[in-house]
Amino acid sequence: MGSPLRIVNGRVYDPANGVNGAVQDVCVRDGKIVADVPPDAKRIDAAGMVVMPGGIDIHCHIAGPKVNLARKVQPETHRDDVQLRTRLTRSGTGGTVPSTFATGYRYAALGYTTAMEAAVTPLGARHTLEEFQDTPVLDKGFFVLVGNNLLLYRLLQEGRREELRQALAWWLKVTKAYAPKLVNPGGDEMWKGGRNANITSLDDKIGSFDLTPRRVIAAFIEAGNELGLPHPVHIHCNNLGHSGNVETTLETMRLAEGRRAHIAHIQFHSYGAAAGKSQSNPTSRARDIIEYINTHPNISADVGAVMFGPATIMTGDAPLAYMLRRFGSNKWVNADTENESGCGIVPFKYQDRVYTNALQWAIGLELLLLSEDPWRMVFSTDHPNGGSFMSYPRLIRLLMDRGYRKEQMAHVNQKALDHSALRDCQEREYSLSEIAIITRAGPARLLGLTDKGHLGVGADADLTIYEEDEDKEKMFSAPRYVIKDGELIIEDHELRADHQGRLLHVAPDYDPQIEQVIEPFFEDFYTIRFANYPVDDRYVPKGQIIPTTPSAAAAPATAGTRP
Amino acid sequence: MGENLKVVRDATCTFCGCVCDDMHLTVDLDHKRITKAENACILGKAWFREHGIEERPLALIGGRPATTEAAVEAAAQILARARFPLIYGLSDTTCEAQRVAVAIADMIGGTVDTTTSVCHGPSGIAFEGVGESTASLGEIKNRADLVVFWGGNPAEAHPRLFSRYSVTPKGMFIPNGRKDRTVVLVDVRRTPSTPAADIFIQVKPRSDFEVLWALRALVKGRRVDPSIERRTGVSLTVLEDLVARMKSCRFGVFLFGMGLTMNRGRHFNSGALLALATDLNEFTHWVAKPVRGHGNVTGADNVVSWQTGFPFGVNFSRGYPRFNPGEFTSVDLLTRREADAALIIASDPADNFPKAAIEHLRRIPVITLDPKATPTTQLAQVAFTTATYGINVPGTVYRMDDVPITLRPAFESPYPSDEHVLTAIRDRVRALLGGNRLPAGAPVAAAS
Repeated sequence: MGSPLRIVNGRVYDPANGVNGAVQDVCVRDGKIVADVPPDAKRIDAAGMVVMPGGIDIHCHIAGPKVNLARKVQPETHRDDVQLRTRLTRSGTGGTVPSTFATGYRYAALGYTTAMEAAVTPLGARHTLEEFQDTPVLDKGFFVLVGNNLLLYRLLQEGRREELRQALAWWLKVTKAYAPKLVNPGGDEMWKGGRNANITSLDDKIGSFDLTPRRVIAAFIEAGNELGLPHPVHIHCNNLGHSGNVETTLETMRLAEGRRAHIAHIQFHSYGAAAGKSQSNPTSRARDIIEYINTHPNISADVGAVMFGPATIMTGDAPLAYMLRRFGSNKWVNADTENESGCGIVPFKYQDRVYTNALQWAIGLELLLLSEDPWRMVFSTDHPNGGSFMSYPRLIRLLMDRGYRKEQMAHVNQKALDHSALRDCQEREYSLSEIAIITRAGPARLLGLTDKGHLGVGADADLTIYEEDEDKEKMFSAPRYVIKDGELIIEDHELRADHQGRLLHVAPDYDPQIEQVIEPFFEDFYTIRFANYPVDDRYVPKGQIIPTTPSAAAAPATAGTRP
Repeated sequence: MGENLKVVRDATCTFCGCVCDDMHLTVDLDHKRITKAENACILGKAWFREHGIEERPLALIGGRPATTEAAVEAAAQILARARFPLIYGLSDTTCEAQRVAVAIADMIGGTVDTTTSVCHGPSGIAFEGVGESTASLGEIKNRADLVVFWGGNPAEAHPRLFSRYSVTPKGMFIPNGRKDRTVVLVDVRRTPSTPAADIFIQVKPRSDFEVLWALRALVKGRRVDPSIERRTGVSLTVLEDLVARMKSCRFGVFLFGMGLTMNRGRHFNSGALLALATDLNEFTHWVAKPVRGHGNVTGADNVVSWQTGFPFGVNFSRGYPRFNPGEFTSVDLLTRREADAALIIASDPADNFPKAAIEHLRRIPVITLDPKATPTTQLAQVAFTTATYGINVPGTVYRMDDVPITLRPAFESPYPSDEHVLTAIRDRVRALLGGNRLPAGAPVAAAS
């Protein structure tokens, strides 16, 4: 946990507690923020520096079966981007899908202390937790894929809503997940069972099931809210990446009917269709999305910005990856998981001269620049789908520095900018406080992590101290100090200690009777025994259960208040 | 039979890559024996019923009995002194042990390689080249209406691949089981697996690549010359019939074995098959799956990949992982006499490596971890007797389709687990080296 510590002279950005750049002390003891420490406590002089809570990535892909396939399939990206071992820390390799140790150290070296792996099959939970044990520094959790789950489909099809909720609770608990995730609901079933078809609208019939994506999404939003999960259902909408998909996205948000829902990487879901003969070209409909979100406090989103350069498409949306294969490299990975999901992987590169890529880049910026509530439109690149987490500092600079942004805009496909509203939001520059919201306080609040994302007494002592610099990319690329659970991990920009973070997970109660519904399905359709499916505590050497609050489930969160 | 019986339900057999987790074991605790293994295939029955605790020393140093602690010290001294050590094996132990083994390789700047390099290594290399469309075994059970086995003999090597996963079981969209599937077997000769197939296609030895490439051409609508039959032993009519079936099924799967990967062409063969599966996705759903051998070789691939970015044949001597099959794969590295020490975990290279590689193993200090005496333990300087995973040791094993399964051991062994021994070695080596060994010329700042 480290010895007591007093950080002095730093400008503190703690938006959750209304602190906006005031010079004040921050005291740390036993892994927590405390009001005071003894006078002989170690001091860090943060004069000329900015103190923020540790960064929180609400949506990234860093561990588990699909991530490991994506690592394995790209040896060429590891060769020239290596992580040297030190006396204390392990070696690794990078690229857009780094090895586990490199992932942990590199996130930490950017000032991040928490990350959520956003798509794990229930069958892959154990694998993910094993990788987490080898992913240092970060606190981690994962979202478990339930949107193409055939047992849940059967329950829903038969109108067994109560059992659907119980089964969802069971799945969250036995996999040690943090939140339920829907990915292109119905799409994987069409892909696996329908000769590689896909869902095209919320009212498509899902294969042999008497169901539509509309019914699936509405039911899961309802069940998630009733369970009172700290983070609501996390939705990757249908039609990702398709021109004109904005209608699907808006319709999906309307399905929430005032209940909490989180839309993932919404940039990829904000496309209109160009008029005339170039109909297949997307256009920006960021304004419509932002208007909806600004006026609907029950909805939150992470942006899923695109950054130019190498990326890896990796997704539970198998038909999407197959489509992108045409634009990516000559490699394509598909991996179906029985009764639960699909998965697709394509190495990819976003190019500033390419119309669609430039438009995606512009839409990501537009969404962030048009957003009126930074607490509900938070930072992500859907790492590594829109770009590596290593590009976060550049994205921050694009938001904070309009001169730099203008300069970058000059280099991209101008036709794409014509079809976006980015030129209309040239004035806005994010403040440090707003950056602290979209990268820290906001994600913490949306995830329901009350001990994170702020520096109030009792909060986890996860802190980042940056040296102030006009060049925000430089500033956010290499914090001077990073403190995790009160321990100095990075000092003078260098890794000084190894550290194992916690698994953050939920454990909602469920009626044990539900197991009698689930077990026969396993007997018939799984190839792993029901008794061998739940993940036991051995896979969680350090864990923290985030409580659920079923009674308050129905109440929508409101903007600007702590949950 | 003793009085003291217990039944372990849903235990897992780690003999082959099927990793069936529906074993109901009856254990005679007095005699430390498994007397019954319900649901096990013929290989699994032998695996469980022939397992006994042999009266062997906990360890041998230079052939003399020693304590585990003394052997840990001896092993750590060897590894701490070695300049180019090899860590090899890993496919018959738990992921927990594998993780520690890779950690040791990283710490000392050695090479870590697994039995993959002499097994489905070419499939791993092909995967890096073209990717793969694949599926968990349950998808094959639930959906596959066309199952093509290529270069393997599951009836003898993976008996329950047929009965539990891919041929006879009923599945959600295969309600009548075997009747709803067409089974094709491609091989160079008839084997006990042949009768399971509806269609047997016999290819001339060393012509798998040509057959696969012709199939790719036909799938893409290109013309193939009838002379293909002279070259491969398979007529154009048979190939065209197979292509028609492959394009019209609802869910097709290739399950391929070492008859393809260790044949002339190696990773070109695996690559051609993976590319064919990918091509077929233009028409319908297609997946492919290498049929892996050892119980946890798939776990080894996964662990080495997540820790280093590469699946096998990984060297750490420059302070970071490098992958180069042919350079850092064990047979090559031993045959060229490069390794100056070897830590062999749960495998028996002295039994199955080429002679020149074995000769080098005799020249260098070798450390082994194995439950049984083997040709490799017999040439070892330090030989640990360890408990058997799955039967005596808990932990995690990955099935051939990357599905991780937690083991339920039947009874305790007097011997320590691989993980226990490796952890002790790691800690002792770390103490001897004062932390991770840094390569010569490493930046000074990194040493703090």
